[in-house]
This record gives sequence, structure tokens and C-alpha cells, in this order.
Amino acid sequence: MRIVLSNDSRLAIWEQIVEQIKDAIMKGELSPGDPLPSIRALARDLRISVITTKRAYDELEAERFVESIQGKGSFVAAQDSAMMREKRLHTIEAKLSEAAGI
Amino acid sequence: MENILDIKNLRKEFGGFTLDNVSFALPRGYIMGFIGPNGSGKTTTLKLIMNLMRADAGTIEVFGQDHIRFEREIKQRIGFVYDEPVYYENLSIRRMTGLISPFYAKWDQSLYEDYLRRFELNADQKIKTLSKGMRTKYALALALSHGAELLIMDEPTAGLDPVFRRELLDILLDVMQREENSILFSTHITSDLDRVADYITFIDRGKIVLSQDKDSLYEQYVLVKGGPEDLTDALRRELIGVTVSAHGFEGLASHPVQGEGLLLDKPSLEDIMFFHTRGDRHGA
Repeated sequence: MRIVLSNDSRLAIWEQIVEQIKDAIMKGELSPGDPLPSIRALARDLRISVITTKRAYDELEAERFVESIQGKGSFVAAQDSAMMREKRLHTIEAKLSEAAGI
Repeated sequence: MENILDIKNLRKEFGGFTLDNVSFALPRGYIMGFIGPNGSGKTTTLKLIMNLMRADAGTIEVFGQDHIRFEREIKQRIGFVYDEPVYYENLSIRRMTGLISPFYAKWDQSLYEDYLRRFELNADQKIKTLSKGMRTKYALALALSHGAELLIMDEPTAGLDPVFRRELLDILLDVMQREENSILFSTHITSDLDRVADYITFIDRGKIVLSQDKDSLYEQYVLVKGGPEDLTDALRRELIGVTVSAHGFEGLASHPVQGEGLLLDKPSLEDIMFFHTRGDRHGA
């Protein structure tokens, strides 16, 4: 899983993580059921704080991209196709607005 | 979420310096950066936690226990790295460790030897021939080899080269893979903590300025920059501190600030510390 962080981004670190994991899921690089690294392992690998990775995972869970199983960790959630379509459309909309400077 | 360390209303007065009403807590499983300029009270606070000094008032609980009544039990579970560790200089590392390890019920000799190898320390080398960096590594090897759940480190990176500072952070991140562990890391070199700390407690002149999680700290504080004419009296009043040059000013605000021609930037921990302690205040 590719996560590359920028100190200069207008997005906070946790937001960059959320965006890149969402991207990976929507592009099919991560499939439903794939395990994600633990919040501590991710914090160590990216050399950031545990609170930051936890926040990113909480956000991904709130947006239903990821689900946590007590005692087992976090996994890519099953993405039903109607929901996926809607999420993709949202993302396309957001990127178009960005490009148009709105 | 329990607190591994809970300090309430700590007070210590001596000479010209007073530690005044110091309170903060470290939840288990996290790293806290304890930052402040030299002489702000960081070492005094740590010495009080380790009962090397008695407070005039206040309470300290470690692992939920009073730190004086349960001092011996608590110290089994704490790994302490002093700024200037004191050892018998004429002894070799091996012999020095031989004096220390029996005190710990959970001493792990093979883990300790792993650390010596990893830190490239020679057990037969005499302590007095060790460089500052090697002494810190030795102190760390000792602190990490007896099953400690709380690591307290007093300026562990002061005087160390940036390469080793990075290595030290990686070691600490490995320690944090166990969620029972916590680290309290006092330093005035805040770049070490910028990314890795979960919580920040900032002390200045014996008083706690702030104690909160690092992410919300970064969201709250903003660096405000502008040209000389942009620094109105109204703006000055909103800034915690400001520095002025011929070309403009730079100041710190704890809330979003509006103004035409102003540049808003993310402050570093160093900026947050600097403007609280040194920047001119309110047009003085």
C-alpha cells in the first residue's frame, strides 16, 4: 500500500492518509477483506504519531471504507457497487471543483 | 483509557525558581513530549516523579499508585534515562551492568545483549572511554531491558548528532508497538517530536502553558505573517507573540485570524514554544 506524506500539503497528515487509502480502495489496489496495518505499525512505518493514524482509521471507518474487528484489526470493508459508484461520483465531483478553482 | 502518569498541582520552591501548580496526565500507550526552554522546570518535574526530590505540594500517581508509597514497585516498571547518567567510570559496561541488573525482577539478559549489539557497544569497554552518544545508548539499553512500561527520558538527544537522533526515534517507535508502553520524553529539541509525539506538554518558567494532543495543537495554532503596515494594534492584541523586522512581522495566534494581505502558515512546535516565551507581547 502506497502512502506518501507531504509536510507542505494543505491537508493534515491524517487527511492525506485517508485520501490515499480511499484512492487505493477505489482503484481496486486494495480489495474488500484485505487487512490494513495496525495503527501502531503504520505510525512506526510512517514515523508519525499513533493518534494521527487512529484518527485516519476512525475517519475511514465512519465513511465505511474500512471496518475494525475487535481483537483482529482493521480490514477493507465490503464495497457494494451502488455505494462505490456514489463514492466515485463524489470524488470526481470534488476533483472537478478543485480543478475549476471553486 | 487509564493514565500511566497523573500529576496534580505539583509545587516546588527553591532558590529563585518555583515549579508552580504543575498538572498534566499521560494516558497509557502514548508518547508525550515534555517541552520547554532550558531552565523551565522539566528536569525538576522529572526528578519529582522519580522521588529524587520532595515536592512542597501536589500529588503524583504512576500506574495509578502514589509515587512515594509505592516507589519500589513503580521503579521496577520505569525505565529512566538521565541527561547525564552517573556510573562508576572505571568499570566496564559488563561489570557496571552486573551491579544494576540484580535490582530488577524482570531483567532480560538476552534482550539487553541484543541492544548492546544493536547499539554497537562493547561490553568490555570502560565507561570512562564512552562518548556522550555511547553513554546515552548504554543508558537506553539498561532502561529497555527490564520490562519497563513507562520510559522517562530527560533530554536524551541533547548533544547527539542528528543521525543518532533519528535512530533513537526509531527505537522508541519500536517500543510503542506494545500498547501497554508509554514514553515521557523531555527535550528542548522539538524537531524530534514534531511528527512522532501523541501529546505535548509545554512548560515555561515553572508553569504549564499547555498540555494537549499534538494534532489538535497544530489545528489550533497558526503562524501569521505580513508586511510592516499589516501589523495593526488590533492584530497585535490577537497575537500571543510577534517578531518584527524591516520587512514584516511574524506572530502566533491560537485561533484563526482574518486580515487582508496576511499569510497564514502552519507553525512548528519550535514556533509555538518560541512565541510563547520570547516574542514581544501586545506591542510592548
